Amino acid sequence: MKSLRRIRAVAAKEARQLVRDRLTLGMVVGIPVLQILLFGYAINMDVRHLRAGVADEANTALSRQLVEDMQAGQVVRFVLQTHGPDGLMEALRRGEITIGLYIPADFERRLADDARPAAQLLADGSDPTILNVAIQLLKMPSPLIVAPARNSGQLFELRNFYNPERRSAVQIVPALIGVILTMTMVLFTAVAIVRERERGNLELLITTPVRTTELMLGKLMPYILIGLIQVTIVLLVGHFLFRVPMRGHLGDVYVAALAFIAASLTLGLLISTLAKSQFQAMQLTLFVFLPSILLSGFMFPFDGMPPLAQQIAEVLPLTHFVRLIRGIVLRGASIGELLPEVWALVTFFAVAITLAVLRFRKRLD
Amino acid sequence: MDIAITASGLTRRFGAVTAVDHLDLEIPKGRIYGFLGPNGSGKSTTFRMLCGLLRPSEGQVKVMGYDATREPEAVRRELGYMTQRFSLYDDLSVDENLEFVAEIYGLPRRDKRDRIFEARREYRLEDLRRQRAGTMSGGQRQRLALAAATLHRPALLLLDEPTSAVDPQSRREFWESLFDQVETGTTILVSTHYMDEAERCHELAILDRGRVAARGAPKTLMNDIDATVIEVACDRPRQAHHVLMTVREVRSVTQLGSLLHILVDPTMTDPEARIGKRLEEERLPASVQRTAASLEDVFVAATRMSREGPAS
Ligand SMILES: Nc1ncnc2c1ncn2[C@@H]1O[C@H](COP(=O)(O)OP(=O)(O)OP(=O)(O)O)[C@@H](O)[C@H]1O
Ligand SMILES: [Mg+2]
Repeated sequence: MKSLRRIRAVAAKEARQLVRDRLTLGMVVGIPVLQILLFGYAINMDVRHLRAGVADEANTALSRQLVEDMQAGQVVRFVLQTHGPDGLMEALRRGEITIGLYIPADFERRLADDARPAAQLLADGSDPTILNVAIQLLKMPSPLIVAPARNSGQLFELRNFYNPERRSAVQIVPALIGVILTMTMVLFTAVAIVRERERGNLELLITTPVRTTELMLGKLMPYILIGLIQVTIVLLVGHFLFRVPMRGHLGDVYVAALAFIAASLTLGLLISTLAKSQFQAMQLTLFVFLPSILLSGFMFPFDGMPPLAQQIAEVLPLTHFVRLIRGIVLRGASIGELLPEVWALVTFFAVAITLAVLRFRKRLD
Repeated sequence: MDIAITASGLTRRFGAVTAVDHLDLEIPKGRIYGFLGPNGSGKSTTFRMLCGLLRPSEGQVKVMGYDATREPEAVRRELGYMTQRFSLYDDLSVDENLEFVAEIYGLPRRDKRDRIFEARREYRLEDLRRQRAGTMSGGQRQRLALAAATLHRPALLLLDEPTSAVDPQSRREFWESLFDQVETGTTILVSTHYMDEAERCHELAILDRGRVAARGAPKTLMNDIDATVIEVACDRPRQAHHVLMTVREVRSVTQLGSLLHILVDPTMTDPEARIGKRLEEERLPASVQRTAASLEDVFVAATRMSREGPAS
């Protein structure tokens, strides 16, 4: 009874402070909106209109058709005509173009000859995406219609489920909820206790009857609400601006988000008991944030990572949330089908809060 | 008599610094006990050990019958602690801070409103109810901190320099309220740099570099001062000051306007005549008189002596 009152008092106090902190409050709405716009628009993984150059030394009907075919695919856009591979290489180096097409004078003879490549693509390999595009371009059908040897037929046909238009916003936006929550939730609680220590509040607080668990739970409460607000913002913007489908149940999304929010907040609390200053707390948060982004499957596919990276990723809450949210939102899975991921988050929460409570001493030394 | 606090051999080191050095204390219940001491003499560190915020490097401390190191929670139930640095919330208003403290201490709902109301009246916070603590003046903030520390009616109050920024009028009122609380059985431990406040305590300990340099009731301390106090009135006090500093037995000289207040080693025989003569030799005619010791004299004598060692 008294315990509940104390938790409520801490939560109310924390909420008041939060509401009065204009900048932080702005971040609650600002971060999700800004991030989703950034990721949704700027980080567009559908590559289009790469600047390309061509050096056509054959200059025949067929070679011109090749150039047109490539242009028609919209992946590249020819902005430069030059002579010889040297001209292309120079333009590549200067960054004027990212892909060069070199068509040698004996292009047509080479086309007939299976042993020799007919033309050459020069790609700026310093950007992995461009290299990928170049590899895709290699599969382009030959402009020579009478070339039965090449028309051997494709072995596989790709059928793209869940994201037929291959829009990256569809893949990114749901998982972005997790990235945004990692950024805000962990940081909010990471500075929460350190701030009280820095401002001298802790010296009074720990001489009161408030228990460590009460203090921790009270501090979490207002941020759970903040987290759910952020989830809602991302879902709304994602739905209306990027037409991200919602194939699962909205309730499941919130259950998953709740588990993830709890895990992230306690991770922040744990950081807060380790750090001596707000600055340290922020650094530690960043220390968690980067691997979360890189290893969680948000950016790179989980299965492609080396075993050690996978093991680290399994510990990070974001990994499990990315699986949950993609499952629910894009594949229409129910939370019941993804229970292992939920348990992983709940376990993380339990372990982190236990550690935080154990680490926190009601003392100054 | 009932004892509120006992400490024996209480010591706290921070690396090479010994902040509190084998302190022995016995503080009876229902009294105002004062800590007087220069900056860094270990007052705040002692307070922190009393409420279990810092663990002693050595020694024992019992507060209200509980071991402060092993059962800090039991001690804290009995305790109201006002920290030297303001430690309520700057971004909360007076009412919100008091409300928070009341909830944390689990005051019965019926009492809560009454107590907050009384506290506001007692510490003259009525006009500041909605003001954020961070925007209040130093003295207003200290009054709020005090209101918060006494809200749950603790049996023991630890006040670390509670009036360092409070105006004289408020200080008087504040001390009146302390005596009211003592009347109801509260024990109060208070540190201060003000002599007039120290003089109002039932008992005092003068700390110097972590040790007790002198202790006792203020009156007793003044009567038993280990020095002769002399007052010199002369036309050129600055010159007289320099001359007096060359006298071996003179321990300290304080100028008060055109008066010089001097502490002399008690072993010096007939100090008035000898000091008068010394000033005469320098053509500084003066009237020299013995006078009663003030508490400040006691403080200066005690902290100086332990600095130079009692033998000198
Ligand atoms: N956390 C700490 N780490 C290192 N040294 C400390 C710490 N706390 C106190 N000290 C040192 O212990 C000594 C006593 O400090 P304390 O704060 O107890 O003095 P004080 O009597 O309260 O002084 P003041 O009148 O200035 O408030 C000082 O020399 C101080 O530098
Ligand atoms: Mg102090």
